[in-house]
Parts: sequence; C-alpha cells; structure tokens
Amino acid sequence: MIEFFRLANVFLRIGAMNEMAYRANFWIQTFESLLSMATALATIAIVFNQTDSLGGWQRAELISLLGVYFLVLGTINLVVSPSLGRFMEEVVDGRLDFTLTKPADAQLLVSISEFRIWKILDVILGLIVLSMGLLTKAEATSFASALVFGITLLAAGAIVYSFWIILATLAFWFIRIENITMIFWSMYTAGRWPVTIYPPWLKWILTLLVPVAFAVTVPAQALSGRLTFNTLMSAVLLAVALVFISRWFWKLGVKSYSGASA
Amino acid sequence: MLRYYLNLYPAFLRIAVLAQIQYRASGVIWMIGSIIEPVIFLVVWSRVARARGGEVGGYAENEFAAYYIVLMLVNHVTFTWIMHVFQSRIQFGQLSFQLMRPVHPIHEDLSDNVAYKIVQLTVMLPAVIILILIFQPKFNFEMWSLLLAVPAIILALAVRFTLEWTLALVAFWTTRVNAINQSYFAIIMFFSGRVAPMALLPVTIQSIASALPFYYMIAFPVELLLGKLTPAQALTNIVIQLGWLAFALMLLVSLWKVAVKQYSAVGN
Repeated sequence: MIEFFRLANVFLRIGAMNEMAYRANFWIQTFESLLSMATALATIAIVFNQTDSLGGWQRAELISLLGVYFLVLGTINLVVSPSLGRFMEEVVDGRLDFTLTKPADAQLLVSISEFRIWKILDVILGLIVLSMGLLTKAEATSFASALVFGITLLAAGAIVYSFWIILATLAFWFIRIENITMIFWSMYTAGRWPVTIYPPWLKWILTLLVPVAFAVTVPAQALSGRLTFNTLMSAVLLAVALVFISRWFWKLGVKSYSGASA
Repeated sequence: MLRYYLNLYPAFLRIAVLAQIQYRASGVIWMIGSIIEPVIFLVVWSRVARARGGEVGGYAENEFAAYYIVLMLVNHVTFTWIMHVFQSRIQFGQLSFQLMRPVHPIHEDLSDNVAYKIVQLTVMLPAVIILILIFQPKFNFEMWSLLLAVPAIILALAVRFTLEWTLALVAFWTTRVNAINQSYFAIIMFFSGRVAPMALLPVTIQSIASALPFYYMIAFPVELLLGKLTPAQALTNIVIQLGWLAFALMLLVSLWKVAVKQYSAVGN
C-alpha cells in the first residue's frame, strides 16, 4: 500500500510536470469542463421545465446524480483511461517488456502510469454540483446515507477499475481493443439519468455489460436515501468479486504475452 | 464541368465504400454512440409524457418514439466528422497531398461521408427495426410529406456538411480546435431538436433557434416526416434551407481562399 502511494506520487508529479509545459491547456480544460457541465445542467433544466419528477426523482436529486456522474468520469479520465490506453499501445509495440521487468507489480504500474492532471477539474466540478444538489434538496441528508454513499462510491471505483482492467487485458489477445473502450464511453452517457428509468433490456445492459448502474446510479440512490439493502450488498459483493476476477484475468494475460519487439 | 464531376464522384465513392468495408468493425462501434443518444432522450421524454398524463407539448409517448427514431435516421444522413479530423490533417501534413491534386479536397470528403453512411445503413436499418418493435412508435406519414422530405433531407445534409466543413477550416489558424468544436457540438445539441423537440424548448430558445441554421439541419425534416408541419410551412423551410446553403457556400469559398494562402505544411 505504501508502495502504491509512493509510485502514484511519482507518476502524478511526472504528469504535473508534463502539463506545466503547456499552461494554456489549463484554461482550455477549465472551459471544456465548465461547458460540458453547463450543457448537462441545461438539459436537466429543459426536462424539468415540463415536469417536476422523472421516474420518481426530483430535480435536486438528479443534479446530485449528475455530480456523481462527473466525479466518476473525472476519475476515469484522470488516471484509469490514460494509463490503460497507454498500456494497450505498449502491448502493440512491445514497450511493455520494459514495464514487466520493473521491480514492482506490473498491474499497479500500468494502472497509474499516466496522469492527466487537469481532469481533476471534472472531479472538483462533480463534487460542487453534487453538494449543490444536496443543499437545494428539501430534506437534509442523514449521516447514515452519507456513510452508505461513501461505501457505494468505493464499490463503484473498484467495479469501474476492474472493468477497465479486464477490457485492457484483452489487448494481450486482440490488437484493436481501443475501439472497445469507445463502447464504454458511448454507454456511459446513459448514466446521466438514473438507469431505473430505462426499459428492462437497457437497464440490464447498463448493469451487467457496462457497469454504469453501479458506477453512477447506485451511489446517487444512496445519497437520496432510496438504496435498498439488497442493492448495497450486491454492489459490495460485485466489487470484491470483480477485483479478484480482474486480477486473475490480468495474470492470465501476462502469461500469454510474448513481447512484440524484443 | 458537370461531366467531370459525374466521372469523379463514382470513382471516389467506389474507393470510399471499399475502404469503409475494410473498417466495418470500427464503423459499427462508432454507430453505437449515434444510436444510444436518441434512445436516451426517447426514454426520458416518454417518461415525462407518462408523468404528465400521456402527453406533453403535443407529443404523446409513442410520438416521442417516432420523433427520436426518425431523428436518429436524419442525424445519420446529415452528420459529419470533418471537424474532428481537419486539425490532424494540417498538423501531420496530409493536407499537402490533397492540395497537390487537381480537385478540391471537399469532393473526397463528401464521397467518404456518403460512403460511410451507405455502408453503415447495414447497422442503422436493423437498429431502426428493433427500436420500432420495442418502442411501438406512432407514425403519421403522408404522401406529400414523404415526397418533400427527400429534398429536405438532402438539403439538410448539404447545409450541415458545408457549414461544418467551413468551421473545420478554423484549424488553419489554431491547433487547439477542441474547445471550439465542443462549443459547436453543445450549440447544435440544443438548437437542432436533439435534446428536445422544438415545441418543448423554452420560448426564447425557440425564437433564437429559428434564426440559426441548426433547426434546418436535423429537426425540420423530422417534424416534416412526423406530419407536424403544413405544406406551406414545409415549403418555406425548404426555401430557408436553400438560403442557408447559399450563405454557407459563400462563406466556404471565401474562407478557403484565405486559409490556403497562409497554410504552411507541418510534418511530412
């Protein structure tokens, strides 16, 4: 664990130094993050101009859900997607050989090898909007639901990370895997709304095939106090199971890797 | 002149279709995004209609289904990806090769665009059929609106393609086109009827939208097909489309002249 923080700190510093070379990027990123948040909020405003509840969700609750959506999105774009994207390239051109010879756990190394630090803006903006939603809500959020929210958010992180590791590991067998992450991004936009509003077939796709339900809807349900005990348990169990499965799958992948260049 | 283009386009199209078939797997994956977006809004607005007692803004639940399924098709026909690729063309110098050719690069882009859409109809049409089976839309097609929809959709593509191709030229002056592109995509989302049918937007947005070209690129053909417009309104809108097309072409020609003059290749 100490090893993890030490390495993460190093890669974070490298990422920060890279970005400092292109300072204008900060303003562009700020603009882009604000714009996409504004578009999402405007969409909610247009829908709630016509109704005052969507599938049982109030406006304030949907704004909190949007906050969770950006929080998870920002975290994926901060480190998971850039690192694993780079890993997939390294499998293709053989640079992965160097990573595998390093004296640290290879899965850990490839998972944190690249930070896009300005994506932290999405995380911050997500937290702001999330609190905005909580503050405008009629009833106050209890300590218990805040605690459950923390648990579901941890589970969401573990599930999304494991899902990405499994996708990335496929690169050991299939070359053109970047395209598959496109599927994730397309489906992830469905998470701006609670998955409970979708028809069953779509709800199942968003729960089992692409873990949007556990990444966004479940934590938002915890915040609005509509999470059932069963859902909470399945989120935690799925998180634990996926962490082990992805670890096993990763090891299987490394075993079958034979190097592309060297 | 016309003869020249009549020889040129079939050749470009044949090459483009063959290339598209090579990359059909990635093509299918790109299509998922353009299918999921209308499905999301279809579901959201059907939910709103149900909460409001079956109808909102003149659309019943099954009319929202019809609206978004037709919109998905119209958007498929009219969308372009030129704004995503123009910057790399300049940055990596591919544009230099295109400029050496005796034809304007826009013709190859248009052929690629049409070829992609023809090839991807093999994904789009099954998707349409499945969505019709799932969502049970209510179509009120009429003969006259179906006939007028043909020029309306072609003009929608022409306006959108010309305008987005012109906007892509901004890449000649800056390498950071992403922020500009993203702003454009946000604007077109709201003003073209993709977030909500025009009738459901606040009145101020509706009046701004009528002064902008985006309604005529997507929502107008959709409303026409759904029988939301009178023949007179439809004809007026087609005239407005022609006006926007003329404007966009003029802008394209004058901007292109300036842009190419100050282009100096990078890379290659």
